[in-house]
Amino acid sequence: MNNERRQILKGAGTAAMVAVAASAGLLKPGAVFAADWNKAAFETKDMAAAITALDASGAAESDQIVLDAPTIAENGTRVPIKVTSNIPNTEHIILLAEKNGTPLLADFDLMNGTEGYVETMVKLGGTGNVRAIVKAGGKVYTASKEVKVTIGGCGG
Amino acid sequence: MSGIRIKAAMSGDTAVIKCLMQHPMETGFRKDAKTGQLIPAHFINHVVATVADKTVVDAQWGGGISANPFLGFRVKGAKSGDKVVISWEDNQGEKDSADATIA
Amino acid sequence: MKKYILALAGLGIIFGAIAANADPEADRMKMLTYLEHKNPEVKPADYIYGALAYDPDAKSQYDSIMDFPPFLDLIDKGEKMWNTPFKNGKTYADCMPNGGKMIAGNYPMFDEAKGKVVTFEDVINDCRVANGEEPYSYSDMKTMGVLTSYARTLSDGMKMNIKVDSPASLKAFDDGKKTYYTRTGQLNFSCASCHLDNAGNRIRSEILSPSIGQAVHFPVFRGGDKLVTFQNRFVGCFKQVRQVPDKEGSTRYNNLEYFLSYMSNGLPLKASVFRK
Repeated sequence: MNNERRQILKGAGTAAMVAVAASAGLLKPGAVFAADWNKAAFETKDMAAAITALDASGAAESDQIVLDAPTIAENGTRVPIKVTSNIPNTEHIILLAEKNGTPLLADFDLMNGTEGYVETMVKLGGTGNVRAIVKAGGKVYTASKEVKVTIGGCGG
Repeated sequence: MSGIRIKAAMSGDTAVIKCLMQHPMETGFRKDAKTGQLIPAHFINHVVATVADKTVVDAQWGGGISANPFLGFRVKGAKSGDKVVISWEDNQGEKDSADATIA
Repeated sequence: MKKYILALAGLGIIFGAIAANADPEADRMKMLTYLEHKNPEVKPADYIYGALAYDPDAKSQYDSIMDFPPFLDLIDKGEKMWNTPFKNGKTYADCMPNGGKMIAGNYPMFDEAKGKVVTFEDVINDCRVANGEEPYSYSDMKTMGVLTSYARTLSDGMKMNIKVDSPASLKAFDDGKKTYYTRTGQLNFSCASCHLDNAGNRIRSEILSPSIGQAVHFPVFRGGDKLVTFQNRFVGCFKQVRQVPDKEGSTRYNNLEYFLSYMSNGLPLKASVFRK
């Protein structure tokens, strides 16, 4: 990144520098975060506790959530996951891995016309369920899929 | 130079946006093979995506997201020519940001 | 079933018989026919995907990951290495036919003057030495690996086009073929044991890739981040059958690469891909 940005991000800026940064387009609108990082949810080893910390308990199983995950992961450090939520007004898509040391993987807050869809790659610690929880219209829905993880690969 | 690559194109009335971020995404649970010491946690914990200056995705991540992380999402009603900005911050206070135009 | 086995025995495949006069094209056709009969549901054009061709669940993950590969930053590093001039101002493109574009499918090539097989990596090192630089180690993924992860992509789409058209080159081809079919190591496996006789079958949890199609898709990024060149994989395979491996760049491995690349003639190259 360029030096100006580095200076500003290091907090070396004064009000004048901040003004310069703003006019240079270096302070981008929307880069303010919606909420603080949910430490309790991300750091707990207990899946139920993570879900509680996310206010996502009591989700009803829903076939309106399509969780596209492999049956057998090619590599446990890079498992492609696609979640499509056909539930109207999907606000959050949350991803958890039952067998991970800390089960919460991600919490996607979707807004302003974004479809109920996310795609990412995750690490899975072992064979177990990947769970998606959707928050929509004040209610909570969920779907899961088992992904097998092997230590294979005829490693060279 | 930014370590964020963005691909953004229209598919009908929906913008399909994909981005790849360069980051080690260390969980903090891995041990260094040589020293036996734990490698400190170093992962992106916050990602924000905006389209035409409106926030579309605000994501919180843990170390369980793969290294050199990938994120894909779709924005209905976006238009060709709209600016996409992807910004992230990690647990050690580092940040990065990049933008692209929807094709 | 019996007729099938007899037919294959007639082709000298099952009993590992090596024909006295080697005709590379006949060898390639024998191998292709065997593989097609073994797994008729797999299209030969898909052999370039290796084990993935036998497993849609695995191929789908490959497609997702290759949509935006996580190792692009390493390829970029390779691009920088490729474009950085030597101390004397020359570049790799100056050494190579066609500036290095669409040539990798011609290698390995038999160099009559040198009397040996020359690999793409040899051409890179010859270029370095001719321009006053130290050669890279073929075992070093951080130098030769990263450089070729970019340099080979300049030939993406090119059809493998190995020539064996002289008595000396035929000898090298035969040597590679011999290595391919000879059992070795404490586990007493040959390349053919797994990648021909058992192509598409599983060894424990892993599907075995067919030998045809292997040479065109290296180097690979295993798990998305571990760079492995073709001969680096030979080292891994030999270790796995508990045979002390050669170092990458040995005459034996160059001849083996020559043989295997010929077997993939006609298939399109694609460098720097994901594998598990």
